[in-house]
Amino acid sequence: MNIVISGASDKPIYQQLFDQISSQIIKGELPKGYCLPPIRTVAKELRISVITVKKAWEELERAGFIETMVGRGCFVAPLKPAELADKRDSLAADKLKKDIEYYKSLGLSLEELLELVKRYYSEE
Amino acid sequence: MQLLSVQNLCKNYDKFRLKDVSFSLDAGYIMGFIGPNGAGKTTTLKAMMGLVKKDGGRVFVMGRDFDEHEMDLKQHIGFSLGGVDYYAKIPLRRITSVVRRFYASWDDEAYRRYIRRFELDEDKRPTELSGGMRVKYALALALSHNARLLLLAEPTSGLDPVARDDLLELFQELIEDGERSILFSTHITSDLEKCADYITYIENGRIVESRARDELLAAYRVVKGTPEQYSAVSPRLISAKKHAFGFTGLMRTEDVRPEDGLAAEAPALEDIMIYHARKENGNEEPAV
Repeated sequence: MNIVISGASDKPIYQQLFDQISSQIIKGELPKGYCLPPIRTVAKELRISVITVKKAWEELERAGFIETMVGRGCFVAPLKPAELADKRDSLAADKLKKDIEYYKSLGLSLEELLELVKRYYSEE
Repeated sequence: MQLLSVQNLCKNYDKFRLKDVSFSLDAGYIMGFIGPNGAGKTTTLKAMMGLVKKDGGRVFVMGRDFDEHEMDLKQHIGFSLGGVDYYAKIPLRRITSVVRRFYASWDDEAYRRYIRRFELDEDKRPTELSGGMRVKYALALALSHNARLLLLAEPTSGLDPVARDDLLELFQELIEDGERSILFSTHITSDLEKCADYITYIENGRIVESRARDELLAAYRVVKGTPEQYSAVSPRLISAKKHAFGFTGLMRTEDVRPEDGLAAEAPALEDIMIYHARKENGNEEPAV
């Protein structure tokens, strides 16, 4: 499990944890059944507060990425490839909805937006 | 498990009053106790520990009333008012030999371990130690009687950035097993941006806020706008600084309205402290 926390980011730290761990689960880098390190260890290692890590873990659990087994810790949930794809799509949709509002405010039509997406998707 | 609960603590001086100070802390967390100079941080800590007589309120440690079980509960508390300042001219070795007698659960092996880890020279006297070393010696004593609750007044003040970082790292290590808690006062809010789970903010003897740090930060927004906007939103501002081209102020997040058109950003702890203090000084006379 790799985590890089940025203090300068606008994103809250729990959100950074959520994003990085969920994307590692979606990409299969953290396989199902993988045991996440204890919350308190993560907090100490990353020098962030225990409550911040707790919140990230709670969000990951609510979104179905991890499961808590009392007394044993938190594990990556046993998700089928189709379920992982669903979760990936719904995360992408959430982000997209916010971005689309912005594009609309700029007065872009759907066609113009799709044109831009196509042009820049393969760049980078 | 609730390690500490302070309920309606009061202390009256001629020119200063602690008024109904209440907060609590669960096992396994770090709480930062912040406020401007003279806000009552150290007075609160002293009144909690019975070093000054309180005029009202109760303190519970591990669920038990501190006044009724003072001797016993002190076994579980490590208390430091900014490093060891008693016996300033006696070698640490001899101070320790006195202190250890007060504690039934003194663990000499643990003491040796911390002395080595903190690289403390027991032949030195407190006056010969740096600020950071004095705090570490106080911590070594507290940890060697297995204190569950550490109450520290300004442990980081006077330390250089490296020593401060070192100490904060140690704090996080100490709470890792979920058994101990640390309450420490500071006016260096950047100490708390990383490690503190909870913040209690005191001003003029009253608790303004006491809650999870992230929640506290989310509850406020720093807002900026033009002089025209100021008159429209000023009733909702905690306080503001005006300048030639506009203003910067603090608002509760729930009071921020999109139609105001203000630039709103996440505050630092310092912003919350500064604007609350301005309100206190600007809008009303301190109630003495």
